[in-house]
Amino acid sequence: MAVQELKFYQTGTFVVGNRLLDPDQRSVQARTGRSNSLTSGHRACQGCGEALGARYVLDAAMRATDGKLVAVNSTGCLEVFSTPYPESSWQLPWLHSLFGNGPAVAAGVAAALRARGRDDIRVVGQAGDGGTVDIGFGCLSGMFERNDDVLFVCYDNQGYMNTGVQRSGATPPAARTANTKALGPEPGNVFGQGKYVPGIAMAHEIPYVATGTVADLRDLEAKVERAMDFRGARYLHVFVPCPLGWAAPAAITIELARLAKESGIFPVLEAERGEVTAVSKIRRQVPVEDYLRPQGRYAHLFGDPGRPDIVERLQALADRNIARYGLTEADEVP
Amino acid sequence: MLEQIEGSQAVARAVARCRPEVIAAYPISPQTHIVEGLSDLVRTGELAGCEYLMVESEFGALSACIGASGAGARTYTATSSQGLLFMAEALFNASGLGLPIVMTVANRAIGAPINIWNDHSDAMSMRDSGWIQLYAESNQEAVDLHLQAFRLAEQLSVPVMVCMDGFVLTHAFEPVDVPEAKDVERFLPAFEPRQILDPAEPVTIGAMVGPEAFTEVKYLMHAKQVQALDAIPAIAAAFEEQLGRRAGGLVRPYRVDGADTVVVGLGSMLGTLEEVADQLQADGEQVGVLGIKCFRPWPREEVRAALAGARRVVVVEKAFAVGAGGIVGQNTRLALQGLPIEVYDVVAGLGGRPVTVASVRELLGRVLAGEIDPMRMHFLDLDTALVERELDRSGATDRPGPHAENMLRDLGTVASNPA
Amino acid sequence: MFSVRIHGRGGQGTVTAAELLSVAAFREGRHAQAFPTFGSERTGAPVVAFCRLGNAPIRLREPITRPDALIVQDPTLLHQVNLFAGLGADGYVLLNTSRDIAELGLEDLAASLRPERLACVPATELAREHLGRPLPNAALLGGFAALTGEVTIDSVVAVVRERFRGPAGERNAAAAYATHDHVLERMESRSDA
Repeated sequence: MAVQELKFYQTGTFVVGNRLLDPDQRSVQARTGRSNSLTSGHRACQGCGEALGARYVLDAAMRATDGKLVAVNSTGCLEVFSTPYPESSWQLPWLHSLFGNGPAVAAGVAAALRARGRDDIRVVGQAGDGGTVDIGFGCLSGMFERNDDVLFVCYDNQGYMNTGVQRSGATPPAARTANTKALGPEPGNVFGQGKYVPGIAMAHEIPYVATGTVADLRDLEAKVERAMDFRGARYLHVFVPCPLGWAAPAAITIELARLAKESGIFPVLEAERGEVTAVSKIRRQVPVEDYLRPQGRYAHLFGDPGRPDIVERLQALADRNIARYGLTEADEVP
Repeated sequence: MLEQIEGSQAVARAVARCRPEVIAAYPISPQTHIVEGLSDLVRTGELAGCEYLMVESEFGALSACIGASGAGARTYTATSSQGLLFMAEALFNASGLGLPIVMTVANRAIGAPINIWNDHSDAMSMRDSGWIQLYAESNQEAVDLHLQAFRLAEQLSVPVMVCMDGFVLTHAFEPVDVPEAKDVERFLPAFEPRQILDPAEPVTIGAMVGPEAFTEVKYLMHAKQVQALDAIPAIAAAFEEQLGRRAGGLVRPYRVDGADTVVVGLGSMLGTLEEVADQLQADGEQVGVLGIKCFRPWPREEVRAALAGARRVVVVEKAFAVGAGGIVGQNTRLALQGLPIEVYDVVAGLGGRPVTVASVRELLGRVLAGEIDPMRMHFLDLDTALVERELDRSGATDRPGPHAENMLRDLGTVASNPA
Repeated sequence: MFSVRIHGRGGQGTVTAAELLSVAAFREGRHAQAFPTFGSERTGAPVVAFCRLGNAPIRLREPITRPDALIVQDPTLLHQVNLFAGLGADGYVLLNTSRDIAELGLEDLAASLRPERLACVPATELAREHLGRPLPNAALLGGFAALTGEVTIDSVVAVVRERFRGPAGERNAAAAYATHDHVLERMESRSDA
């Protein structure tokens, strides 16, 4: 019988056709035995990218560690919507302490497990961009510097969403937030500010750093699995659209994540000890405008007269990412 | 074994013998020798099975302890002053989560102005944090209180801070008997966590609680601290029985029977207060001392019972509520409600100013002579002339400059001239 | 109770001197307490350390304002800091100096003290000789033992050897003996005179 190898591009994640794949080739999400670490019934918004990201990441981590996992969570949307007293959506051991101390608490958990001879149990720390990039930054750097055995995951929706959509150190330039409104000569968040924490993580030369999005399920799962192969400090930065905060339709969360990657706005890559080891190529580059238009937080850039100059600057940022990380260099015929 | 050693080293050894599994501490004067000592003990293996985390801040330190305790480890940290404040959020978090963390606070003043010397403003600022607060009178008691603290914390699932006067105790060389490992083991059994992060039995710790249940949660916290009022004397009694000496408890009266004037104090000043009481008693004055060993929970009944026979109570404290009055004084007045006792609030020893026998004697003389107004807070050894000169200076110009620098210049401590 | 106040500069081991003295007394079964004036670590700044020796538990913790004995480790402090504040007529003074009282301008002080209780000893020179380093703290304790008799030279030497292991301990002990003997000789020759 003739065999023709098919590649499915419909969603770009090979999710379609899972049922046609061998069980062990399926994504974690597609397996019947998945741990469902963040189970249903939580209070996230419709279309929440973070809820998706957290489930993807933790289920993959649970699989990679054979269920021997403890999660530490900083204050933020994820923590709030997942644990409305007296209920909890978490099906793994989970500790929430404060907003700024996720990485330190996770380090403490890891130390305790090690002291008690149970370092077969692994630790994941997770936080939004606020808890990672801003208020948690000192603790994060400390955790990196000590090389604590923790995988720290940042779900980056580019703002303080839980408190009403305020700007964070991860908010991109020109984006509208509650305190960077589209007012004045420089509407939205200013250019020239912000931190690129994946790069900072790489500067700490920790064993493993990776970025991913909720549009690339397999890629994300593979990265979590890979992260769990390492001991020591690891960092995963996941791009998670927020329909509410970005004023985008709930139905296009995954599409927005894909556009962020395909436009070059969000580079998807892996690094070990400070050196980039792999990048996820842009399959079909799209102009930044395609990514920006569906989001109400960029509405002030469009319309009459709009701000084509700002769009141009954002395109330039995307182009710089593409050049810096070689996101469109073809190294094989797709 | 009785040895002549530095207070900090004694405490480090005592803590090590309590077998903590995770230590996370950030250095700050005057606690540094404690955490350095523990680091050495971990490195040499004398403290085995312990992970020592070099954290990036005090906030990181207590946060790491929270994680470690949540994962079922016996944990410890130490700090002072600014460091205690920097971890303030975590203090409330730890007590709210019911984690039995033990922490040494080497009491030091809080800035501004920056001051590294001893007073109680640090621990006092955190008196409502939900932590139990025990105060050591000597380095021996500091050692003994750490053993009791771990047992107390783990019994009630409440964090405990052991307060010892910074520099005055931490850096003093004096005879201390650090209990042997086997005696510690007998007194302090292995930690059995009430809650633990365990994949075999997953739990969610730290959920949000709204108006429907928050009051009840806080009520239970209060109730648990009140339980400590029974637990603390019981543990102190067990300690005395097993280790053969008295340490801790709620209050310690000294020559209070028959005393018509009792001086109340906390921490290392008690030695001085007892010396003054002895001198005055030799002169025929009926003066006693009440040492407060446990400040939180506040042993209201025990304080009332101890002071009920006095006519005058002089509360000497190393901190105060700015704009309001005494802190220990307020709590004492509460305990003595309805009794015909005159209470005096005296603030002493701020920022490391020594509390001397001479000053306390002179103060009590004036109290006994009716020269001190019980309705006003009194500052021991206040340099009134210095204050008045500064007030005159401030009133005379539009931009008088900072009080602290002006007064230091006045004292000759700072040589620079104003422009 | 016997109160000792030691004056020196940061880096000269003044604090260690007070500690060692307290351990020596402890060894002899006495109660002892030692503590420094506290401050940020700074070499060269004036430092004061205190040591109380007694036969009962020591309850006081305040700085010593009425010392029974003074040890001055650094003669450059003379005339800069009021070293002799609170010293009574029966006080002991041990000065680390190669000069004499007249050269130091301390005749008034000498007149106010009992002559057998004031001693000058070139402890830095003796330390250099025995230790190879100008660290006079251990040496001065030997002198203190001779001058006051509050601790024995044997106790001093024992704690010095315990604190400074190996060759350093031996050399410090030798310096302590030398200083002890120096002071003792001066005291004997004075009483002979």
